[in-house]
Amino acid sequence: MSAAHLPILPVVLPLIAGIVLLALRNRSPALQRGISLAAVLALIPLAATLIQTTADGTHLVYALGNWVAPYGIVLVVDRLAAWMLLTTSLLAAFALLVALRGGDTEGRHFHVLFQLQLFGLNGAFLTGDLFNLFVFFEILLLASYGLLLHGGGRLRVKAGLHYVVINLVGSTLFLFAVGTLYGVVGTLNMADLAVKLAATPPDNLALVQSAGLLLFGVFALKAALLPLYLWLPAAYAHTSAPVAALFAVMTKVGAYSILRVYTLMFGDDAGPVSNLLDAWLAPLALATLVLGILGAAASTTLRQQAAYLMVASIGTLLLAFGLGSTDSIAAGLYYLPHTTFATAALFLLADSISRARGGIADRFESGPAMPGARVLGGLFFVVAVALAGLPPLSGFLGKFMLLKAALDSPLLPWVWSIVLATGLVGVIVLARSGSLLFYRTHSAHDPASQTAPTVAALAPVAGLLLLVAGMVVWAGPLSDYASATAAQLLAPQQYIEAVLGTAP
Amino acid sequence: MEALIALVIGVLTAGGVFLALRGQTFPVVLGLTLMSYAVNLFLFVMGRLAIGVPPVISDAAFGYTDPLPQALVLTAIVISFGMTAFVIVLSLKARAELGNDHVDGLEREEDRHE
Repeated sequence: MSAAHLPILPVVLPLIAGIVLLALRNRSPALQRGISLAAVLALIPLAATLIQTTADGTHLVYALGNWVAPYGIVLVVDRLAAWMLLTTSLLAAFALLVALRGGDTEGRHFHVLFQLQLFGLNGAFLTGDLFNLFVFFEILLLASYGLLLHGGGRLRVKAGLHYVVINLVGSTLFLFAVGTLYGVVGTLNMADLAVKLAATPPDNLALVQSAGLLLFGVFALKAALLPLYLWLPAAYAHTSAPVAALFAVMTKVGAYSILRVYTLMFGDDAGPVSNLLDAWLAPLALATLVLGILGAAASTTLRQQAAYLMVASIGTLLLAFGLGSTDSIAAGLYYLPHTTFATAALFLLADSISRARGGIADRFESGPAMPGARVLGGLFFVVAVALAGLPPLSGFLGKFMLLKAALDSPLLPWVWSIVLATGLVGVIVLARSGSLLFYRTHSAHDPASQTAPTVAALAPVAGLLLLVAGMVVWAGPLSDYASATAAQLLAPQQYIEAVLGTAP
Repeated sequence: MEALIALVIGVLTAGGVFLALRGQTFPVVLGLTLMSYAVNLFLFVMGRLAIGVPPVISDAAFGYTDPLPQALVLTAIVISFGMTAFVIVLSLKARAELGNDHVDGLEREEDRHE
């Protein structure tokens, strides 16, 4: 296969793997696991190749069926898309390794759903067409419904019902926004939309602005931005550990879409509709950060706390995107994989802790001493340091870059005070959880219900933490790449030129 | 004609939103369905209302109607159909597992503290 077809491979590979796994659904679990793992592992070198190819700033444009833009659907790989692909594929590999320990046989079709989830995620990152983005959103959502409910259980079904209903409403809003844009502008190709929106006549301005803000509402729902975050804690706290770990990247799809759409279509060059989000994104992100950390402080279980910490991390991430300068977007892009890996590690670790505590699970109550408490406690300490943004791990670097980028923003006092204050509360909250779980223990009443953590269960957690550590060791090249990505995003002319083949 | 269609979409959406905010799963599912009808209709008319013109450009016809929204709405209908089927099955499962059809339906004391 020639290199020209490289951009479509991350989309097609999980799709084919998913279909093959569906056909082999009655065969031995070992065979299914092997195929699923091979397909996920193959994504990593593929994403790395794409990173290498796009590192010099080229846009790889793949016209599906050779229908050229703006008439056909195109896939576009730029630095941002490749970055997201690599983050997703690394995370998926570790999540799958955990699932292979037995979680995948609790219900049916786990591997099929897992592959289709990756199909939807990769497609959403690569597509250059707004309606196609909707379709990939639906694919990843439908797969996520199945994964979320995998294994069943009363609380999981209840949380799943809320998650499904709110996302269906979100899909409806997405279609309204897409329909309005098409009705006004007559195109759905993002590059073409960017060109046409910049020339919006005053008569249509209100329509285009409402469609743009409606789209923001949908993406904010997926990203769990205030006030649309209420579905997240219940859904993530009640699903199985590998699924919750994989879902750490789901909210990032919303953040990615906000970044893509509002730099490309509503950026500085968009004429009458430029900088549509300036008034909204950063303040909402700050409020989300505060609420997320308060939720974490009020949580009654470790998994619920992990879910609220994810809400807080989305606040930090969207704050970085909302400030809108090259430096702040670069800080956000550096922070994105860090928070994805660290939150996923906490979800996986919470599962092991919960098993080690027996009947009391991960509730914040005085419980029996855990078998293997030293290893669990050590890992929890490292995860907590990463999540709280303390040096020496990458959370600190990400937040430091963000604070530095905020220096010439009008929101400077707000950003500094809130980010630093929530950072402090985060440290206190995690320290309190750690001491509750590991120090306030009594002798076990029912040791039989407690399961000591195995090496196989903790290895993926350690692996994710190694990735976080790797982000510190190679912080120089990674932050250079993030800066280059941010610069590329803020100069959308190159993207438009690459897709439409003409100078705008 | 435009006003009538706009009114229909508006009424469907309003009804859908009202039903989706109810406390039982059956009205919620019905509300989601109404909303998807409304949005499908909305997408469809985004190609403008035209009567008696073909969806392909030909020299014989005096005009053409935009075929793209028709393709879009077909995709949207299929997706919303699948989603409706899914949410119905999920509601039935929730009814069976939780013992009632309330969207927050937890009746056992042991679930309350979660």
